[in-house]
Amino acid sequence: MAEIRIQNLRKKFGSFTAVQSSTFTIQDGEFFMLLGPSGCGKTTTLRMIAGLELPTSGEIFIDGEEVGQKRASQRDIAFVFQMFALYPHMNVRKNISYPLVSQGMKRADIQAKVAEVARILGIEDILDRPVGGLSGGDRQRVALGRAIVRNPKCFLMDEPLGALDAEFRERMAEELRALHDRMGATTVYVTHDQLEAMQMGDKIVVMNHGVIEQFGEPQDIYDKPATMFVAEFIGSPHMNFLKFNGRAGPGATTIELHQQTVGMPCLHEAFDGDMIYGVRPEHVRLSDSAGYRGEITATEYLGTTQIVTLKTHNGEVKARIASSEHASVGETVGLDFNASTVTVFDTQTGRAIRSDLNDGVMSHG
Amino acid sequence: MADVTLRNVKKSFDTTVAVDDVNLTVNDGSFVVLLGPTGAGKTTTLRLISGLERPDSGDVLIDGRSVINEPPAQRNVSMVFQQYSLYPHMTVRQNLAFPLRSPMLNTPKHEVKRKVEEVADVLQIAHKLENKATALSGGEMQRVSIGRALVRNPSIYLMDEPLSSLDAKLRADLRIELKRIQADLGATILYVTHDQIEAMTMATKVGVLDQGRLVQFGVPRDIYENPVSLYVAARLGLPRINALPADLFAGAPTGATTVGLRPEHIQHGEGKPSQEVRIEHLGDQTRLHLTLDGHEIVTLTDVHTALQPGDTVAIQPRNALYFDAAGDRIA
Repeated sequence: MAEIRIQNLRKKFGSFTAVQSSTFTIQDGEFFMLLGPSGCGKTTTLRMIAGLELPTSGEIFIDGEEVGQKRASQRDIAFVFQMFALYPHMNVRKNISYPLVSQGMKRADIQAKVAEVARILGIEDILDRPVGGLSGGDRQRVALGRAIVRNPKCFLMDEPLGALDAEFRERMAEELRALHDRMGATTVYVTHDQLEAMQMGDKIVVMNHGVIEQFGEPQDIYDKPATMFVAEFIGSPHMNFLKFNGRAGPGATTIELHQQTVGMPCLHEAFDGDMIYGVRPEHVRLSDSAGYRGEITATEYLGTTQIVTLKTHNGEVKARIASSEHASVGETVGLDFNASTVTVFDTQTGRAIRSDLNDGVMSHG
Repeated sequence: MADVTLRNVKKSFDTTVAVDDVNLTVNDGSFVVLLGPTGAGKTTTLRLISGLERPDSGDVLIDGRSVINEPPAQRNVSMVFQQYSLYPHMTVRQNLAFPLRSPMLNTPKHEVKRKVEEVADVLQIAHKLENKATALSGGEMQRVSIGRALVRNPSIYLMDEPLSSLDAKLRADLRIELKRIQADLGATILYVTHDQIEAMTMATKVGVLDQGRLVQFGVPRDIYENPVSLYVAARLGLPRINALPADLFAGAPTGATTVGLRPEHIQHGEGKPSQEVRIEHLGDQTRLHLTLDGHEIVTLTDVHTALQPGDTVAIQPRNALYFDAAGDRIA
């Protein structure tokens, strides 16, 4: 088990910078998510931790030891890939024992170890089956078994559920997380799926263009996005961005949106110019008495809730409201924003303005 | 556009029954979504209507006339597939115009131009008309491929998971767009998917398929609130409905073996004590994973709850659904 510390890590491929300068710490036993769109540098970061790529500069500490320039085989980590590579000519038992056999472990020890892993994964009944005829889920379990069996210091996973269909992915995600809760091994997990990251992660690093946009616990990242990128990437539907031009100083708690006063958390810094009033769909309410108006352009039924899309003077707004509430296309309604949840962003830099809501997060992020 | 009806349609491949005695009417101007997992018979149903497959028995009617003896071209249906297949060497305009250039249709040139531009406007790709098909993003390509169906004026549009290869954000946009297009044009659409969100948000009527059988047909709200079986109840709703032994809580009617509790239909604070195993903060909702007498239960709680794994939570049902041993709804 291990703590992984990344310090000013940087990777260039020719003139292209894949990872700018990353610094973060993964605590012992954490399930840690590297999240971002394709090309953001998350897989490169993981491959550097694994030793499959060497950093251009910066350091990687596993359990206090600097391993940045060490070979993968000297790092005692286990890697699980998206395409679960199994040896097709071997049965399940041989696939799982292979890493131990190649380490030269005694046969009786291997037996015991494989039996234990099979029990943890619930695959005892298929140990003597060839891997060829297995379902996708069982193949994935075998691949995991092969990673677990060595008792490595940490697990590195590169979109291990990416190839599975939605329903099954949900189940495997739960299984993987439950497995982690039982074993407590430090796990670094790469994904582009924000829901997967929120659902499974203890901590999340959100990356974009090789830069860490935010680092923290899932709910904090959702509630207090440090940048517009994070606010847009996390959450479905994503945060509403209402464009406005205005100025305010520290201590301000309201702004004007199309001549209507709307609330926000007390500001800790000033702004002036083109800004964004950011509010999550579940914090928008339809209200007859509200002065700020919008026209309903679409409604989407989702069971207990519905998503209502509205056209406003400051851009499109989506509201998540109870499906029992009345909303029909073409109506003009008032909109009420839950002021204490609002984040104001600077359009130019994309950065959140500090306020009562997010100051704690912004100062160490 | 026209009414399309399936009457006692049956289709088997070797020993597998793909479509089992399906009766279904897609009314003119409606947006019907068939929902089911892989192998439920969704795609086969579309292929039977388009004429790519012939039913073993039963009848397919378009506008009241039986079409089972007509080849696909004569049926005047248009199909959109999951994988957009555009002509890479052609521009968007040429791709859109292609179906109209068919010798069978013999559309005049100015009419082709008018129709292509109209559809490009609806799909918001008018500014890309002169681009090569290969110079488009995935979402634009899929819009062009939907557009290629829309330029024609068929009896019905048949769509086979057209959004499933797109990323989540684009899918969300196109869901709204497709529904708007359908409403604007008054189009008749039969759409198949395994994605419950697509079914709930777009359909005027949803049909749920189970191993070739149409087990329920109705408006989305009715399917969600009044499922006829446990199978249907499990198709809609995220997180999925909890299926538990009926006697776990008091109040089960006689004959019930399973109680179905949607996560939002579990009341906290009173009832039986359950143990919290895990908590998931998804941002807009927080899920609690509980165990009660060895049964796993997923429920929702306040987004910023102070509950921690290991805590005890008292729970009791509210608006429970009851099912018999066969999985049929009894209350």
